Amino acid sequence: MILTLPLSLNDIKNLKAGDSVFLSGAVLTARDCAHKRIDEYLDGNKQLPFEIKDSVIYYAGPCPAKNGMASGSCGPTTSSRMESFAPRLLDLGLRAIIGKGEISKEVVTAIKRNGAIYFSAIGGAGALYASRINKSECIAFEDLLTEAVYKLEVKNFPVIVACDSYGNCIY
Amino acid sequence: MRKVNCKLIEECVYKLALKACVSITPNCKNALENALKNETGKQCEFALETLIQNNEIAKKMNIPVCQDTGIATVFLEIGQNVFLEGKNLADAVNDGVKRAYRDGLFRNSVCDPLTRVNTGDNTPAVIHSEIVAGEKIGITFMPKGFGSENMSKIYMLKPSQGTCGIIDAIVETVKIAGSRPCPPVYLGVGIGGTFEYCAYLAKKALTREIGSRNERSEIAEIERQALKKINELKIGCQGFHGETTALGVSCEYAPTHIAGLPVAVNIQCHCVRCEKAEI
Repeated sequence: MILTLPLSLNDIKNLKAGDSVFLSGAVLTARDCAHKRIDEYLDGNKQLPFEIKDSVIYYAGPCPAKNGMASGSCGPTTSSRMESFAPRLLDLGLRAIIGKGEISKEVVTAIKRNGAIYFSAIGGAGALYASRINKSECIAFEDLLTEAVYKLEVKNFPVIVACDSYGNCIY
Repeated sequence: MRKVNCKLIEECVYKLALKACVSITPNCKNALENALKNETGKQCEFALETLIQNNEIAKKMNIPVCQDTGIATVFLEIGQNVFLEGKNLADAVNDGVKRAYRDGLFRNSVCDPLTRVNTGDNTPAVIHSEIVAGEKIGITFMPKGFGSENMSKIYMLKPSQGTCGIIDAIVETVKIAGSRPCPPVYLGVGIGGTFEYCAYLAKKALTREIGSRNERSEIAEIERQALKKINELKIGCQGFHGETTALGVSCEYAPTHIAGLPVAVNIQCHCVRCEKAEI
């Protein structure tokens, strides 16, 4: 199944845990340090330099890009490290998370509560994902280097629905 | 006495790092292909096919197989008849790492443990040196990713727990890790020694080929039994529930204290990257 981002609520409702999907469109990368920074911005009521609502966060930190490529290798990182931040972002309207590995009950509950979705990308497939990124732009927290927030335009990103909007998980 | 300039070591580390980060070992590639042949789960098949395709893309484009190009882990076996000249040995290794990560466009993943500020050049490397007989220098380069490192464990078992306790510890580590360390995993296990030496043995075991067996039959039997039990967990590729949870188990052992039985389980993801050379 091929889906275009941003996902509509209807797209999300039709997806079931275990479905394999190819995603195309814009995603924002954010991993450990970026999440901590986002949290600090929210705590301080500071305006974030990007919109959380309706966006898709990809837990990833890419390699530098080679000439002629938009991004270096860029596979997913382990989602469980971001689970203390995820419910807050989902409550702010984050539509989808792309990561890898199981997530906590709290995150699953927040996904269900907000009609969001969790996709597992294939961990270790960094080169394949890089070959499916058409554009990459650092849009925030540049000082965090690979952990900064990059806006990626992806095409046919292979993922599996790991937790659907009904709270069903494949793990 | 053989004189070796540390510049040679730097060059060797540089070349090994450039190669290691863009390719998995041939026997890891075979193990993944075999896993796909034996797979019955739909999602696991999808994941394994994606991984095999990924390796081809990395090779074709000469880019890292995985974006986590790891913390540079370097094993040096230095012959005791070697006299090292030139720059400091650790500087030579680190300079090799620094240049390879810059020229190879690899990710710098090393940071201060408290401030989390990135060191910017993927150094310092973790260097393990052993003095051995002879006048050669063996160098093994392993970029160690942390998704799997994070799920590794050390057990200080009671001597009475014996072989069963060792196997249970290995299986439990994989069970607790679940989908997080990018299964199918490869396990390096240290048995005996002291707390820190046991962990070193576990890491060293990961430099062995997947499927190789320890020369001592009882240890080889632990490797076989642990692998069988781990695959019975059916965690599968990426935790999607399937036939292959581990590609292999390698154990290294050392005599230990009469009061203890340390067991260290170091998890390596399916992206096994390890290059060796001799000077």
